Amino acid sequence: MSKRVVITGLGVAAPNGVGIPAFTSAIKNGLSGIRHDSQLQELQFSCQIAGKPEITDELKSQYFTDLELRGFNSTGILYGVIAGMEAWKNAGLPIEINEEPDWDSGTIFGSGTSGIDKFRESIYKIDELQTRKLGSTVVAQTMNSGISAYLGGKLGLGNQVTTNSSACSTGTEAILVAYDRIKSGQAKRILAGSTGDSGPYIWAGFDALRICSSKYNDNPEPGSRPMSATAAGFVPGSGAGALLIEDLDSALERGATIYAEILGGNVNSGGQRGTGSMTAPNSTAVQRCITVAIQNSGISSADVDAINGHLTATTKDSLEIENWTKALNRSRNDFPYINSLKSMTGHCLSAAGSIESIASVLQLYEGFLFGNINCEDLHPEIAALIDPSKVLFKTFNTDLNVIAKASFGFGDVNACVLFKKYKN
Amino acid sequence: MNKEELIAKLKVIIKPYTANSEAYDNLTENTDFIKDLEINSANLVDIVLDIEENFDVVIDNTDMERMLDVKTAVEIIETKLAAK
Repeated sequence: MSKRVVITGLGVAAPNGVGIPAFTSAIKNGLSGIRHDSQLQELQFSCQIAGKPEITDELKSQYFTDLELRGFNSTGILYGVIAGMEAWKNAGLPIEINEEPDWDSGTIFGSGTSGIDKFRESIYKIDELQTRKLGSTVVAQTMNSGISAYLGGKLGLGNQVTTNSSACSTGTEAILVAYDRIKSGQAKRILAGSTGDSGPYIWAGFDALRICSSKYNDNPEPGSRPMSATAAGFVPGSGAGALLIEDLDSALERGATIYAEILGGNVNSGGQRGTGSMTAPNSTAVQRCITVAIQNSGISSADVDAINGHLTATTKDSLEIENWTKALNRSRNDFPYINSLKSMTGHCLSAAGSIESIASVLQLYEGFLFGNINCEDLHPEIAALIDPSKVLFKTFNTDLNVIAKASFGFGDVNACVLFKKYKN
Repeated sequence: MNKEELIAKLKVIIKPYTANSEAYDNLTENTDFIKDLEINSANLVDIVLDIEENFDVVIDNTDMERMLDVKTAVEIIETKLAAK
């Protein structure tokens, strides 16, 4: 029998807020997490602003032992563990030291790379013929599944423990893989999420592609401008988001807080055919991903109250809006409200889908829509497709029922998930 | 450096890797790193690196494989120090 799937815990390490209370307040108040980055300046990047979560030593030592912090140099694992552990605790689940693993709980925690700074440090040592001095944690910190391995051990998870990877759709994909596993009865709880390393070695490739924002180096906060006429590339970001995804029966049995229900979704690829390529989306596939996600959720496109877009602040934003209008068959005044978290966090790459899904779920649970910042000058191509009032400039309180969240990534991959306010 | 001083220095090195603090407090020459102190076997690599740094010696892989208790560790360090 197919199970209903709900979200019972949230955790986040975002550039504009670490921890759910700080993050919620940040998105309601349009607080930007984009700051000048002196390392990017020293390295002469075109884009010298970035989004990084601010992690105190005190917070670090809450989640890592002194031994774990010896030679530790992986921001992705740092953010992922902080977000993952917060979501687990936020769900009211205990952290126990039992002999027996928790067979009903697992984690699907995505990442684009892992421990890229640790990897760089190791490469220097290896080339200096110091391989024997690398220490014991290079593998754990640099294997892509490092984050799920760290979380699995801290929580004693005995169900599936894995890391998925699909570029900028990684986080949204993780939620959907977790949804499938719970729906089919293979797990009661999955800690789903994604993380992304900070720093020049992860962001350089994008800078080299000339797709990052380079005109705001002295004025970071307006630098990330999704949907704006003056958008000129994304601001690199990083962080992690985690959602405790649970079988409804198990959540009700525990008396857990239910933040939202996951109605369904879809992942697909444009196969790098038609308009699609390694770096550009096949619009037919994007539209199909959204349409099938809505079908799989058992609702109609008219039921979608709001969209949390991918909307990175490149020239593709207008195309994304056009794809939404076609997929939903709704435009102008009939189009749902739409916002992009990237205006405040930058593009958190592999972490984007999970952090943005948390923002979507918080909107449903608390009944608000956050305002976009930096797009007062709405792109004329967007204004021609949808009524400008659908692009929110200010946060307002409203009771919402369904939010569609989509993420798209390099390799022409797409993911779309439908969240619904939970009602008995 | 006499044996007591050497053990005292070794004790400081292994402390962060030790999971069983009771066994650590009662450490003798016969204490086994893995069975008694419950040190994760992967961390033996880190302990060897810390010993090399603290005593300014080089411990080869053959010696490292034998270095599973306090007594053997002391013997190996003493031999390396004497050869300097």
